[in-house]
Amino acid sequence: MVLRLLRARWRHGWQAVPDPVTAQVDPMFRGFPEIAKEGTLSAGTIAACPGAALTTNPVSIDLGKCHLCGHCARAENSPVRLSSRHHLGQTRRDALVVTAGTSFEEYHARAEKGSDEIRRLFGRSLKLRSVSAAGCNACEMELNATTNANFDMLRYGIDIVASPRHADAVIVTGPVSVNMADALEDTWNATPAPKLLILMGACAISGGLFAASPALDRRFFNDHTPDIYIPGCPPHPLTVVNAILNYLGRGI
Amino acid sequence: MNRLLLKDRAAIPFDDLPTVSYEAVGDIVAGSLFGGLRLVTLFGVPEERDIVRLVALFADDAQGTLAVTGVRTSRGATLPSLTPALPAFHLFERQLWEEFGIVPAGHPWLKPVRYPHDAHTPRRIEEGYPYFSMEGEETHEVAVGPVHAGVIEPGHFRFLCDGERVNHLEIQLGYQHRGVEKLFRNGPLASKSTLAESVSGDAAVAHATAHAGLVEALGDTVIPDRAGLLRAIGLELERAGIHLGDLSALCNDIGYLPGTQMFAVMRTDIINTSLALCGCRFGRGLITPGGVNYDIDDRKKDRIARTVIRIRDNAGLLAAAVFDDQSVLARFEKTGTVDTDTARAIGLVGPAGRASGLACDIRLTHPTDAYARHRFTKRPLRNGDGRVAVSGDVYARAFIRHQEIQDSLRYVLELLGHLAVAKDGIAAPVAPPRPGMIAFSLTEGWRGETLHAAVTGGEGETRRYHIKDASFHNWFGLALAVRDNGVSDFPLCNKSFNLSYCGFDL
Ligand code: SF4
Ligand code: SF4
Repeated sequence: MVLRLLRARWRHGWQAVPDPVTAQVDPMFRGFPEIAKEGTLSAGTIAACPGAALTTNPVSIDLGKCHLCGHCARAENSPVRLSSRHHLGQTRRDALVVTAGTSFEEYHARAEKGSDEIRRLFGRSLKLRSVSAAGCNACEMELNATTNANFDMLRYGIDIVASPRHADAVIVTGPVSVNMADALEDTWNATPAPKLLILMGACAISGGLFAASPALDRRFFNDHTPDIYIPGCPPHPLTVVNAILNYLGRGI
Repeated sequence: MNRLLLKDRAAIPFDDLPTVSYEAVGDIVAGSLFGGLRLVTLFGVPEERDIVRLVALFADDAQGTLAVTGVRTSRGATLPSLTPALPAFHLFERQLWEEFGIVPAGHPWLKPVRYPHDAHTPRRIEEGYPYFSMEGEETHEVAVGPVHAGVIEPGHFRFLCDGERVNHLEIQLGYQHRGVEKLFRNGPLASKSTLAESVSGDAAVAHATAHAGLVEALGDTVIPDRAGLLRAIGLELERAGIHLGDLSALCNDIGYLPGTQMFAVMRTDIINTSLALCGCRFGRGLITPGGVNYDIDDRKKDRIARTVIRIRDNAGLLAAAVFDDQSVLARFEKTGTVDTDTARAIGLVGPAGRASGLACDIRLTHPTDAYARHRFTKRPLRNGDGRVAVSGDVYARAFIRHQEIQDSLRYVLELLGHLAVAKDGIAAPVAPPRPGMIAFSLTEGWRGETLHAAVTGGEGETRRYHIKDASFHNWFGLALAVRDNGVSDFPLCNKSFNLSYCGFDL
């Protein structure tokens, strides 16, 4: 038994991603949308966008609403190509809109760093409290994955904690249902200041797929402004780690 | 005729639905509960004025057929509850009460299911849930959630305990309710793949396959063999990935850390294979009505095969060590047992049902597409000492994951092999849904039977969309599993089921 376990451990080898900041993801990954200046999308394609993220003239994609489903990119003669660039985090809501001709570098440069005070306080130790609020649980699985042996966000002093009392930030996944609105507010209020608000996934940022549902209650966001937006559906663990590191001034 | 048999593609004109009394629905199930018709779902379709048509779907697992029947009733009507005799009805009746105000007279615990915003019952969880309570000197209650300690979906658990022993666990859900079924009705049904993937993101391929199958049934579309193969590869990778993750989590809950880390890393390799297949670690984007969105070439095929072989061997080796370890067995065995009769009575599905000795697996009983053309086979569920692992405890639910990882990965290799001859394209054009139909689509997701159903209106628009996730019945299985167990074994029992909150709350 012990021998088998040792053999399994031997085969397991060394699995941590050596440098999560510079690591690339599989070229199949649907990431940053590159939109050509020429070309348009049909009304049918725009209507079929699950997150209502597309506009035309000029073509633009709001990554706060986009589920990166790839539908618009598959349309005939589409000006949209989804690259595998995965550093998608932003710090302002309007910075998430990608228009025709926006390069990844321009997009990435829009993301701001936290203040000196934030970086002094949280730069080496940031504890997150997750609130899962009516999404589909894939965002939660990717948030969990940031702490596994592969991505190991703990190497930067970033960890997920069990109580809001121990947390420096609340990270929200899901579009926030009527039935979760109070619990989100309670969790936020139980977290001591100074604290960050992080939104992970299209659903949390805009309601996403579910934005039209009367079963949502997003009034929390009228009173609280997020510090970090992490687009995706679900965002890749490396997208999450890098969005946070960037804000803390430790990214690229 | 009190019921209509459905074969092959499960779509019929809605007007052909037989009409029987509500009691007759119970008779269909009661008359043949053991070895005959099993209730798959029961839901209401609102009609003109206050009329509600109830639709009951049954499965004959031995014959591989489905049967359907209908009941005419109205909002606010009172029907005699079938739950006291047939516990599998208990959630369906609560759901009808919540949605349409139809009262099941004599229901033993008529309580809200998921607090929809337009319910006939309390609409907000804050309005109160009528928990059971228990009195006695040593008794106490432990309340957990909705926000849990880990990164996990919200739900409320209330343990009624006698000392350390759980007398009853009451699971109250609804926090994840976001009105999914109604959203399916906005716009063309064929454009709802992403929404289907988001019914429960850990079973994205299963739900997207069920949705696509429904669109294909409504339009009478047959998908290419190659598309079926790629779908099945996606489904089996999803199953293997989750099972590896759950074995990791189970090891974590008993402090068996080598298992925690190594199974988790194998899961990463499998879900990264899904990423290489379709651009998402959870298989999102793979399935589209009519087929799939992505093909694979020989290079990618070889790459996937190499990973699958490596993980199959490594997972087998690690599982052999884990399931041979006394410190593991001491925690897994006889913990959280659901016996076969109970499992059948409450309608457990998926690996949890199989671990309790039920022969429920849609891949075998109602196969479609690749599963019908390229037979899927299983190895008998025996562990190292030759015992059959259907003990219904955490051990059985963990061991079956190990077996299914092996079965799935072996099947993926077979499917990859078939790709060489299946060169008929990856998607067929999809015909629009026929008007006035009712259709059903069943898929065996990793968690079990996943049902999508739709009723179309006069223009082929979606009039009613209905989903039954495998979690729907299995949550009650978890509640029964923890009875008479130590409260500290709850996480272990919970992980062994790993149920979906959002798939239940819809
Ligand atoms: S990739 Fe984004 S913008 Fe394009 S259709 Fe999908 S959700 Fe809409
Ligand atoms: S953003 Fe996508 S993955 Fe995240 S909760 Fe919403 S649907 Fe699920």
